[in-house]
Amino acid sequence: MPRRISEQIIELCIKLSGLLVIIFVFLIFLFLLKDSLSLFSQYSVGEFLFGEKWLPISEPPKFGIIPLLLGSIYVTAGAIVICVPLGVAAAMFIAEVAPRSAKHILKSLVEILASIPSIVLGFIGIVWLGPFLRNTLGLATGMCGLTGSLLLAFMALPTIISICEDALVSVPRTYKEAAFGLGATHWQTLWRIILPSASSGIIAAVMLGIGRVIGETMVVMMVTGNAPVVPKSLLEPLRTLTATIAGEMGETVSGSEHYFALFAVGMVLFIITFIINFVADICLRRAKK
Amino acid sequence: MNAAKVRQAIAFFILAVATLMVVVPILLTIFYIVKNGIGAVSWEFITAAPRNGMKEGGIFPVIVGTIVLVIGTMLFSLPLGVLSAIYLVEYAKDNFFTRLVKLSVVNLSGIPSIVYGLFGFTLFVLLLNLGTSILAGSLTLAIMSLPVIITATKEALESVPFSFREISLSLGATRWQTIRYCVLPYAIPGILTGAVLSLSRAAGETAPILFTVAAFYLPRLPRSVFDQVMALPYHLYVISTQVPNMPRKLSFATGFVLITLVFLMNLVSIILRAHYRKKKQW
Repeated sequence: MPRRISEQIIELCIKLSGLLVIIFVFLIFLFLLKDSLSLFSQYSVGEFLFGEKWLPISEPPKFGIIPLLLGSIYVTAGAIVICVPLGVAAAMFIAEVAPRSAKHILKSLVEILASIPSIVLGFIGIVWLGPFLRNTLGLATGMCGLTGSLLLAFMALPTIISICEDALVSVPRTYKEAAFGLGATHWQTLWRIILPSASSGIIAAVMLGIGRVIGETMVVMMVTGNAPVVPKSLLEPLRTLTATIAGEMGETVSGSEHYFALFAVGMVLFIITFIINFVADICLRRAKK
Repeated sequence: MNAAKVRQAIAFFILAVATLMVVVPILLTIFYIVKNGIGAVSWEFITAAPRNGMKEGGIFPVIVGTIVLVIGTMLFSLPLGVLSAIYLVEYAKDNFFTRLVKLSVVNLSGIPSIVYGLFGFTLFVLLLNLGTSILAGSLTLAIMSLPVIITATKEALESVPFSFREISLSLGATRWQTIRYCVLPYAIPGILTGAVLSLSRAAGETAPILFTVAAFYLPRLPRSVFDQVMALPYHLYVISTQVPNMPRKLSFATGFVLITLVFLMNLVSIILRAHYRKKKQW
């Protein structure tokens, strides 16, 4: 019967699509691995992982990832310190305190923020935030880690707020009613009952926020000053893993040591984000139970 | 007022302040771009090609480039994403393969966009020999958009009541007939909402197209899928960081056009969702 055949074809396509998703992840990993290994056949793994100098075009070139890794860690830590308290507090407000009508407006605003392309925020960093920070803090340059941290914190807020809010809302109603019944105030209930019950979801939100910040490329490339040196503070120019790939890929010759080094940086990023997302997924699943 | 009430008032006040600290910058950001950008946007800016090293003229080829990339992305990611989600919701048994697919979706959603750029460059540009082209860029963006489409489709399919499937199957329909006639029609608005949202992200992405399609300066319309194109996000990057003595006005205007495009796409998705909620009858 022709109907049976067309149906079998469609079902085959459906299964193939599922398979293809796995294949993509596998291929991404494979390509990164292959080109990273090409680097490590010429350059020692130890010097790559622990080298404190990233000098790709000097003679001989040095591909120490430490300055870039620290750059990423500094900027990410700065962003997280700012956006986690703000994001969790805003989520608590939206989920529990805000009146119904305000809730919708606030949530739409957060969605609007999520949809602003990062390049636009980077541009604002260049024309406004960078110069503003330089003048107010008396810095040598506004293109520094702090500018990046602030913009990334802003960018990560929608991720943190929406996942936190989901986690808070999905805490069973009965918990709240029981607390009220025992005479607790709304705040005591929120702080001592709802927040702890939603902790897995909140941890997931923070992890996904970190993943988003550490993987962001254009903003940090535009505003952190692009200095591949071991950063001493957030007030100095620095360079992240992502910005290094984006900034240098165009200048490398395909198949050169430098080219492979950028793939090795990509591999490091892949591994970091894989771990972060894996942990976040476990937390999210725990939150659902 | 007793002490607990006072503490509550203080705590809620702090939460409100934190919320304001989130909301006010959002409004300011939009206001800043709109205020500085809208004055420089004219009919010529939207319909003319850039001239004089991008310092004059418009951004028509850039807008077209972005639209072409979004359409290309949709052509690849929508069927693939929807089919994968159908697999996960309707076909998958709880086995190793299914868990692997789910883990892959989670992993794909976390991979930094620049790593997609590297991947797209090696696979599509070099290995499959597509060159820096619309095809290579769209495929790269499509893979990046997959997790959002899959997640949205999954949710849409899961929200169709299980009884729909049971009734259809009990009347003798096959599995695919059930999905095709009793599940998909009710899930389509949800799927479209997710698809439009993911495409609006793709429209604003810069890192994945850096090495796969974006042209620094190419003031003409693309002729085939193997052409390079200029794209709004990359163009904004170029004119705000790479071109000396660029009039700031044009950068603002480009930023304004980009966020307008993205907001319009989001608006479509919001309208779809509202429409869907109203029609839902169970």
